[in-house]
Amino acid sequence: MQRLVDSLIGSWPQMLFAIMALTTVGCSIAVVVTQNIVRAAVWLLFTLTGTAGLFFLLGADFVGATQLLIYVGGTLILVIFGVMLTARGPFVQMKTQSGEWTMAAVVGLVLFGLLSYSILSTGWVKVVQKQSIEISEENSPTTTQLGMQFLGVPPQGSLVKRDPAGIGYLLPFEIVSVHLLVVMIGAAYLARAKRRKRAEV
Amino acid sequence: MSDLLTKIAWPFLLSVVIMLFFQFQAIIFVWLERKVSGRIQDRLGPTRVGGKFGWLQTIADGVKLLLKEDLIPKDADRPLFRISPYIVLCGAFAAFLAVPFAFQWAAVRLNIAVFFMLAVMSVEVFGVIMAGYASGSKWALFGGMREAAQVVSYEVPMAMNIVPAVIAAGTMNLNEVARMQWGGIWDWMCFHDPFTFFAAIVYIVCATASVKRAPFDLAEAESELVAGFHTEYSGFRWLIFFMAEYASMLAVAWIATIMFWGGWSGPLPITQWLGLWHTNAAGDYVPGTLATIIGLLNFIAKGYTLIFVMMWIRWTLPRIRIDQVMKTCLKYLLPLSCFLLLGAAAWPLVVRTRFGGQIGGAVAAAILALIVFKGILSTPKSAAQGRREVVYK
Repeated sequence: MQRLVDSLIGSWPQMLFAIMALTTVGCSIAVVVTQNIVRAAVWLLFTLTGTAGLFFLLGADFVGATQLLIYVGGTLILVIFGVMLTARGPFVQMKTQSGEWTMAAVVGLVLFGLLSYSILSTGWVKVVQKQSIEISEENSPTTTQLGMQFLGVPPQGSLVKRDPAGIGYLLPFEIVSVHLLVVMIGAAYLARAKRRKRAEV
Repeated sequence: MSDLLTKIAWPFLLSVVIMLFFQFQAIIFVWLERKVSGRIQDRLGPTRVGGKFGWLQTIADGVKLLLKEDLIPKDADRPLFRISPYIVLCGAFAAFLAVPFAFQWAAVRLNIAVFFMLAVMSVEVFGVIMAGYASGSKWALFGGMREAAQVVSYEVPMAMNIVPAVIAAGTMNLNEVARMQWGGIWDWMCFHDPFTFFAAIVYIVCATASVKRAPFDLAEAESELVAGFHTEYSGFRWLIFFMAEYASMLAVAWIATIMFWGGWSGPLPITQWLGLWHTNAAGDYVPGTLATIIGLLNFIAKGYTLIFVMMWIRWTLPRIRIDQVMKTCLKYLLPLSCFLLLGAAAWPLVVRTRFGGQIGGAVAAAILALIVFKGILSTPKSAAQGRREVVYK
């Protein structure tokens, strides 16, 4: 009995991981299978929350919270908002053609193959050995490491050499944010009500 | 077996304690809301159930709600209709897990606690929108849409107004931020510099809007939308929405308390003067158990005070229109928050390095005094003029 309890406790991160991963995978399958578009969005909520849970479990608290804030609190709500405004009547139920299934399956399998290949071909090195996976302030603050990596300083114990140019991820990040800003201005320009030119008197 | 205790039983126990508090505070708030609204409207509020002050009014309300018929409309999307209250509840409850109720007393000591709280509370909106959609009712759908537009917009200035305090503190760890404000009222973050002082006020406005309280309760707007997103809800499901609403009010009030209004410390360091503090093994000067409990009481009292202010605003001001709500956010609050953010970032570089630390508190106190005395002593000109026009026209 004692050994059983001990082994259960020893494997609790794995068990939690299994629960989270199964939730994520099951719900993402449900997103694809569901024909009602709003229900699909609800399944997507659980998928994204499960992904955030996986991040928390791996000790990436900042990334997990960001996942919740941006994908669940922002993107998903905008998706629902768009769906509710546009999808009344026939568009709520989606009928998928068999051709679309084939196309989607091909794209999905190619992506899966690519990801599996890159996962299998990477020489994984254990960077940090931790006794237990806990997200607490006693563990290293992930935000500090993320901020340092933005400035091109590799995380402690990493095998990656310091970026000689010293740019890190800051420049790509800035480019992406400016890009987003441009897209938003463009969307606002396209979506706003067109004013007719006043007829000359 | 000690592993069993620390890893499974202890977190479970903490969750249960927080859940109990979570439900208990709703009971207090419903009673308080009735009393405050009654007093502001020159009524008495509840007076009979449970004695002179109607202490047990909420229990009576709860019993009534539990006995109500649980209606689900014919056109409703049944599974979604059923789960949406729970999504809202989960969002509000998860925020409570990261709150440090007193020094080191938090269920999960997160390094990014304030960010985590904002993130999980943003999930709540989803439940509300789903409730609006799944009800199969036009009123509910309109309520849900307004909610989506309003809350997503107000989350931006709300988060941006926390950043000045984060800059001043240098951490997002709520425990650490509150620890930096140990001492008297002059050490509180809102008197750190003028920008944090204004951010504290703008934050309360944005927080009121983001928990959809009046004057920003467009999602409910009973005069136009019956009851908005919860029109079709009755009984216990409706109760869950309200429990979550009060809980998220308390959560945003506590974020404000820790980030700006001193956390667990009172206006004067009385527990330090009484010698309830001691130096621990690590060499830090920390409160003893009694001082920690007093800190907990301080913390709860401050949260309740801010909620009282929210109720006061709710029962004093009329509801504004949805276009005014969006205009307030996008045209006034957002630029103001950007300005406060820039100012707060520049303050430590420009002023603190030249003039030293206490000048911020002095400037902020001077501004506060100016505002308060100007408000009290001067006649509100516009109001007086408006009244005259009405009378003599």
